[in-house]
Amino acid sequence: MSATSSTILNLPDQSTATLPKKNYINAEHGLLSWLFTGDHKRIAMLYLISITFFFFIGGAFAGLIRLELLTPQPDLVASDTYNKFFTMHGIIMIFLFLVPSVPATLGNFLIPIMLGAKDLAFPKINLLSWYLYMAGGTFTLAALVLGGVDTGWTFTTPLSTHYLNTHVITAATAIFIAGFSSIFTGLNFIVTIHRMRAPGMTWFRMPLFVWSNYAASLLMVLGTPVLAIAIVLVALERTFGIGVFDPTKGGDPLLFQHLFWFYSHPAVYIMILPGMGVISEVISTFSRKRVFGYTAVAFSSVAIALFGFFVWEHHMFIMGVSNYSALVFSLLTMLVAVPSAIKIFNWAFTLQQGSITFETPMLYAFGFLGLFTIGGLTGVFLGSLGMDIHLTETYFIVAHFHFVMVGGMLMAFLSGIHFWWPKMTGRMYPESLSKLAAVVTFIGFNLTFLPQFILGYLGMPRRYHAYPPEFQVLNVLSTAGATVLGVGYLLPMLYLAWSLKYGAIAGNNPWQATGLEWQIQSPPLTENFIEVPIVDHEAYDYEWLAHKTQHEVTTVG
Amino acid sequence: MHISPVLWQFLVKWLNASALFPREASTIAPYADELYFFLILITILGLLLVGALLLVFSVMYRKEKHPVATQIEGSTLLEATWTIIPLAIFLVCFVWGALLYFRIYNPPTNAMNIYVVGKQWMWKAEHPGGQHEINALHVPMGRPVQLTMISQDVFHSFSIPDFRVKREVIPGRYTTVWFEATAVGTYHIFCTQYCGTKHSAMIGEVTVLTPEDYQKWTQQSTSGMSLAQNGERLFASMGCNACHSGNAAARGPNLAGVYGSKLQLANGSQVLVNDAYLRDAILNPSQHVTAGYSPIMPTYQGQISEDGLIDLVEYVKNLQTNYRVQQTLTTSQSDQTAPITPEMVKP
Repeated sequence: MSATSSTILNLPDQSTATLPKKNYINAEHGLLSWLFTGDHKRIAMLYLISITFFFFIGGAFAGLIRLELLTPQPDLVASDTYNKFFTMHGIIMIFLFLVPSVPATLGNFLIPIMLGAKDLAFPKINLLSWYLYMAGGTFTLAALVLGGVDTGWTFTTPLSTHYLNTHVITAATAIFIAGFSSIFTGLNFIVTIHRMRAPGMTWFRMPLFVWSNYAASLLMVLGTPVLAIAIVLVALERTFGIGVFDPTKGGDPLLFQHLFWFYSHPAVYIMILPGMGVISEVISTFSRKRVFGYTAVAFSSVAIALFGFFVWEHHMFIMGVSNYSALVFSLLTMLVAVPSAIKIFNWAFTLQQGSITFETPMLYAFGFLGLFTIGGLTGVFLGSLGMDIHLTETYFIVAHFHFVMVGGMLMAFLSGIHFWWPKMTGRMYPESLSKLAAVVTFIGFNLTFLPQFILGYLGMPRRYHAYPPEFQVLNVLSTAGATVLGVGYLLPMLYLAWSLKYGAIAGNNPWQATGLEWQIQSPPLTENFIEVPIVDHEAYDYEWLAHKTQHEVTTVG
Repeated sequence: MHISPVLWQFLVKWLNASALFPREASTIAPYADELYFFLILITILGLLLVGALLLVFSVMYRKEKHPVATQIEGSTLLEATWTIIPLAIFLVCFVWGALLYFRIYNPPTNAMNIYVVGKQWMWKAEHPGGQHEINALHVPMGRPVQLTMISQDVFHSFSIPDFRVKREVIPGRYTTVWFEATAVGTYHIFCTQYCGTKHSAMIGEVTVLTPEDYQKWTQQSTSGMSLAQNGERLFASMGCNACHSGNAAARGPNLAGVYGSKLQLANGSQVLVNDAYLRDAILNPSQHVTAGYSPIMPTYQGQISEDGLIDLVEYVKNLQTNYRVQQTLTTSQSDQTAPITPEMVKP
């Protein structure tokens, strides 16, 4: 791979370059050294492998769903099987992929290094988080193998408590356990960010990736227990018929909706905020500029986290809540959209006066900006009360949250994986193939989900196994798009695996980025830093970097 | 947003022909569509703006053209701009959406009432005149129709996309939605809340008829007994009339005229007697003891189906005045309406 004039790639001479003799990957050998590791970087790699595994299982269900919807007739599978498909797709993708993906992999790997620390505050709890995640995953697979569950990922009562004979409790246990994994990760991050910053690493010198993960961690710690409560109540009601959600026993079925969405709306921000952090890092690096309005971007993360707790009722506008509470929650929903808008413009203006190159992470980040803008603005449709009545529970919702979650969060994840791959493995991925994958993913994504907006306004309800024939053309388009999208996701899987052995040696700082993680060897030592770094510059200070590089050259020369 | 009516008609016709747009078949639909177009406009403008910024900056400041980045800290003025302008736009969306919401969910007082019971997996509609339909709903064109809905088992959601209305149908409480159809034809009724195995088969059809055809339909499909008459029978067979006899010495309060009134309860609070209150008072009587009476009424939880409760409520409703007669007349125009028993009618 040759560095063209447009890249900033700074690879060492490939004929002589080798990986560092000592690094976290070869520090110890054998499977047990990984399974009992306390090293945040090794735990991040464990997460990366397991999350990728679950992503492809969840993706396989998405493929089956789209395949079934190719025709209006219920011809591929029976209704209850289809219902199990979308339930497994939802549970796996949300609880086992979207929520942990960026924090547990990239966050785990990078946050201590970005802060100049040797590890997270509680390495053993960090390992415990991974085991809890795997236990949650195992229960999910158990529910699947035992015959599946068909509640939908929302576990709506009284359907889940009284009317389904499938493995609701197994799946609920899975989510309950995986929730604790998320709580522990959040707790670990919060303590680490408060207590383990290197000398000179003030709050406003922290990379924005750390800020956004900090905000997401607050949500994980405060929101997830409410989900745990809701899930426990479902299990109790199902087993003992305690009746909290059962109107015939004086319970209130809407109570479940309140409890569930009190977690599950903030969960959306748990998913997207860390992704936003990735975008800040990538855009800054490839335009060689400090993020425009650093403080505003940092605070907008916290604002999203705070407001995120006060909008849950917008999932219930048509459920017979009082008109006036609907007004309040609609207004709050509009307010939470503002910090996201701020971020978009700040990212765009980071490019201004920059020196921009278009490596793969940047392509994914641009994809993120476009898709997240659409996802965000279509959220305004749903926050707008009268419009929500017609659009909610249709494919418009499906399209909207896939734009935010898949178009936004997953694009950010792929951007981040490509960006930090050289740091995590010490090797580069093949550049032209990865650019192709980014483009294929973008096209496939739009082809899949844009038709669903139209389907939604036409009125096609979500979670329909069969549908009236007039919706078929758009569904065929969507399924075709899903096929392209699938290829876009398989490509990185293949070439990243290939690069582990054959990729070019990356060197310490292939992107000439400023973060502390780029100032140490790739892959890093187990203890990250040989001596505790002293931070004397702002985040994204490219002048400092230029000075440092020059200084190093003169010292070496 | 004021588009000229001619332009609007043209636009809607063109969109309908393209099959990318649902039919506009209720008085609400044009209002919903106006907001929809406004929101699409905002989305497209927003996307174009972001896209243009990315494109222009990418071209102007790519490395070949601009090898060294100029560091800029930020700009309070710019940031204030892109905080305030989106906020203002979102507030417009909020107000517009709220106005539409109130329009959709506040029924006009002259709306005729039809009951809908959702159950796994069918919609059962009950007209006050006694017409029953499964997965079908016949309504007259040009008259506001209010649906009072309840679920017998799990959450369902009643949606007619071509009318742009939808409402969750919930176990244990009545919800309402109203519409006024503007075009004769048949339209989909979808259940949009996932409700178990045959969720996607819970589809019905609403048929909008001209008022004349509607009158014919009610006459052909009447079961001969209005809901209130069914309720009256149920009232007697369950022994309700033993206490609610209407005498001064009765152990339960007189129900004549109670519907729509403010009722003084034993615990000192006052409630408005509506459908929901009546249903709850039958199922949970101990929580709704009328002032001056002892809490001796047993619960009827589990003894009456939702359909039976609707009949009872409709019966009590009609004890008010000659409401039942009006209601059945306005709803069904049937010539087989319930005979008027003398004690039920209050002048």
